[in-house]
Amino acid sequence: MQSAFSLSFSQSSLTLPNRPLCSSNASPRNLRREAFGFSPSKQLTSCRFQVKSRRIEVSAAAGGNGAPSNKSFDYDLVIIGAGVGGHGAALHAVEKGLKTAIIEGDVVGGTCVNRGCVPSKALLAVSGRMRELQNEHHMKSFGLQVSAAGYDRQGVADHANNLATKIRNNLTNSMKALGVDILTGFGSVLGPQKVKYGKDNIITAKDIIIATGSVPFVPKGIEVDGKTVITSDHALKLESVPDWIAIVGSGYIGLEFSDVYTALGSEVTFIEALDQLMPGFDPEISKLAQRVLINPRKIDYHTGVFASKITPAKDGRPVMIELIDAKTKEPKDTLEVDAALIATGRAPFTNGLGLENINVATQRGFIPVDERMRVIDGNGKLVPNLYCIGDANGKLMLAHAASAQGISVVEQVTGRDHVLNHLTIPAACFTHPEISMVGLTEPQAREKAEKEGFKVSIAKTSFKANTKALAENEGEGLAKMIYRPDNGEILGVHIFGLHAADLIHEASNAIALGTRIQDIKLAVHAHPTLSEVVDELFKAAKVESPASTTPQSVKATV
Amino acid sequence: MAASSSFLSTASLSNPKSTISFASSVSPAPIPSLRRVVFRSPSSHRRVTTVRSKIREIFMPALSSTMTEGKIVSWIKTEGEKLAKGESVVVVESDKADMDVETFYDGYLAAIVVGEGETAPVGAAIGLLAETEAEIEEAKNKAASKPSSSAVVPSPPPATSSPAPAAAASDGPRKTVATPHAKKLAKQHKVDIGSVAGTGPFGRITASDVEAAAGIAPTVTPPPPPPSPAAAPAPTAKATTTSSPPLLPDASIVPFTAVQSAVSKNMIESLSVPTFRVGYPVNTAALDALYEKVKPKGVTMTALLAKAAGMALAQHPVVNASCKDGKSFSYNSNINVAVAVAINGGLITPVLQDADKLDLYLLSQKWKELVGKARSKQLQPHEYNSGTFTLSNLGMFGVDRFDAILPPGQGAIMAVGASKPTVVADKDGFFSVKNKMLVNVTADHRIVYGADLAAFLQTFAKIVENPDSLTL
Repeated sequence: MQSAFSLSFSQSSLTLPNRPLCSSNASPRNLRREAFGFSPSKQLTSCRFQVKSRRIEVSAAAGGNGAPSNKSFDYDLVIIGAGVGGHGAALHAVEKGLKTAIIEGDVVGGTCVNRGCVPSKALLAVSGRMRELQNEHHMKSFGLQVSAAGYDRQGVADHANNLATKIRNNLTNSMKALGVDILTGFGSVLGPQKVKYGKDNIITAKDIIIATGSVPFVPKGIEVDGKTVITSDHALKLESVPDWIAIVGSGYIGLEFSDVYTALGSEVTFIEALDQLMPGFDPEISKLAQRVLINPRKIDYHTGVFASKITPAKDGRPVMIELIDAKTKEPKDTLEVDAALIATGRAPFTNGLGLENINVATQRGFIPVDERMRVIDGNGKLVPNLYCIGDANGKLMLAHAASAQGISVVEQVTGRDHVLNHLTIPAACFTHPEISMVGLTEPQAREKAEKEGFKVSIAKTSFKANTKALAENEGEGLAKMIYRPDNGEILGVHIFGLHAADLIHEASNAIALGTRIQDIKLAVHAHPTLSEVVDELFKAAKVESPASTTPQSVKATV
Repeated sequence: MAASSSFLSTASLSNPKSTISFASSVSPAPIPSLRRVVFRSPSSHRRVTTVRSKIREIFMPALSSTMTEGKIVSWIKTEGEKLAKGESVVVVESDKADMDVETFYDGYLAAIVVGEGETAPVGAAIGLLAETEAEIEEAKNKAASKPSSSAVVPSPPPATSSPAPAAAASDGPRKTVATPHAKKLAKQHKVDIGSVAGTGPFGRITASDVEAAAGIAPTVTPPPPPPSPAAAPAPTAKATTTSSPPLLPDASIVPFTAVQSAVSKNMIESLSVPTFRVGYPVNTAALDALYEKVKPKGVTMTALLAKAAGMALAQHPVVNASCKDGKSFSYNSNINVAVAVAINGGLITPVLQDADKLDLYLLSQKWKELVGKARSKQLQPHEYNSGTFTLSNLGMFGVDRFDAILPPGQGAIMAVGASKPTVVADKDGFFSVKNKMLVNVTADHRIVYGADLAAFLQTFAKIVENPDSLTL
């Protein structure tokens, strides 16, 4: 150990630009990692240290948010919309030394924090516990005895609301601390590099990012009253727990709400326009998920139908839902339920943005962009200095995708070309158990393989084979990896099981960094942990190429 | 007498061949086939002198040594589809993983008995395989005529024509509205949802309506709601008369476990068989002496009795026969003595196969092994459902006599009491004290008559009283 210490110390100090920083970070843990000779070693470590040193500079300068690098503009960067995408972009911009402003017409945090991912996680945390406590069999198998579990609706709703408030404050404070100017009022584009916010405040910026996000999409014929016919915005307030609720749409949002509502005692009817539930997930995963999340619960479903008309409950009548065949449009059925949740997806929020001033035409509301998030105008030309990220461009409607796109844009405007690979962005659905995925689904991979002429293999493992999962009595689950057997490239990973949302990142990082299976399979996972599920996948893969002699991370950091 | 039953009734647990007994009506041969198709599980070693059945049962395979029940993930083949030997037919989820299960036979998937998502114990029939297309219909009818008894869920009494209190309330061609849970329960309990009266909001059918129609207590037992006359639109007197007597306060309702359901089902089924009983006192002095001698060699009383019964059965094959359909009976070529044991609060009947042929020591060894497996729930289906005769012994509790219920599908069951010193008078009028054990056999009178049983018992007594042949 002693020799390893001195050796690795001298090595890392060679590659590090900043010697004192390095030595202060040469903690035994880092050294031990190097002593074991693992591939993500020196280069990666040095890279991390560099980032760290930059951060420190930034926070030193943060007090004033700098000055615009070009005196003719008020700001280097103005972001319209302070959701998760805008926030991510703003933080990165300040880090890059840009004078940054963010315009918000509503509340900081956007959909995710106020009406989306964040409060829904609070509700799902409750539903997960309720589910566990209500499952007498599950409890008994632990030797636990719990008398009838109950809940207080207002208490649950408060938890969700408190969480949203807390995260919103965190977000606001993090931007304030860095000196991002938070401008209040609706923002719109007046012309090139010119933005209006509030009543008549006009500012100029070298670059502008539109990050206005989305709102729940409500198909026509559906009358939302906010009480018995609701969207996710209303549902997250949990003002009532209906006995029977129809959920229109069985994607992420619908699935998560079905988990919440059934745990709280509601019965659920899914209405799905496609022929099967959970479209968009890998078919094998959705099949298994249906077996676990739908079939045993108090849920039934109608597939291949549209809800052509939904009338809220009134005059002593329940909520009426008219179903028509998705293909023939013929009336199929009428449902009478206590409430209906519209979870048919989200529509971009791009009205009133002044897009006509710069000759940009939206497509179904989405702002057209190229792979670098540069806005494309009506003539198919790029609009200079104007970018659009997040739900408003519709590329991948996920909070963390928006943030990644924002960071990518900041990289570009600060002189480093960057194209975000959307196939490296993980996605998760926080049901119990969770579903997560990154990259291609099996059918997508097979199609690609056919086109490009390579072979595809599948590795699978069950949570039933994982010690930690069994200790938790949560053996239900499947992890699946789609990969190229010739070179060990990971094409996609899909996980359904306990904490799947947390497990996906090893795979998404491997894809993002270009790490091959034959290399990552040599990495060690602590035992017993759920992460061994992913380890099992890597080890189960049969790759023809040998492990690389040089650390993969070298390639990745270039 | 290590492990034996503490139960008066000795039905074998989840005996699939007794639940699905269509084979004999397919082939007019007097001897119906027992199960043959076992996917991926070691098939039974028994050979049955019979015309091979043309409709086979597909059994829930034991995919791992710890598997006791399996869930049908999906049927790869649909009803009516042709199967070739080696093809995957069904995906089964065990406690370890999902596995494709293949067929060992060519034929057609005639009927699916256990649907997707349902669970069945290892060894239970989950589907039917027809040899020719012509037999598909026949097999389907068989499948339809029996409740999916193999599923863990106990099949409730059929939906008794429920009172129609709602008829007056909801006149007109109003469509039935049932909640998702209500529909699921209706399917599970085979209740016709159309016949259920809805008492929920807007007259919809709720889960409790279905449960009421199926005649089961609600799964959750909240504090008993006060009988509110306003709840039902038109509460009828019938509703109260059909319901079971009210529970005493503080009584707790405990749903049957899978084992209890299986026993219960078998017990109800046993009522359809006309049985009679014959008792016989057996002098055990010689047997006790032999037992003392062989005990150090690991021989148990259970093995001795099973061996004796096996040897007696060999001379009286009719007692080892079984009657499935009431029209014919089959002489079983093997003598497999099932022995009832109480394990972990349950009742199971591990089977000593070829009890007449195996020597006493092997039999004892086998018995030890079976009991061990039973305790760890590792018995393979053929190790608990292939019995042709059952032995139940309560002697170790001091019980001097009892009678047992005949497990469906078998010809006879022997109930053994304790061996007790008894004063007997011999033919010369001399009194003496002898160890006597009362043996009581219950048999299916359709195939075994009084004289048969008497003769069998006489042989059995002779063997026990002169037990030297047991050690041969």
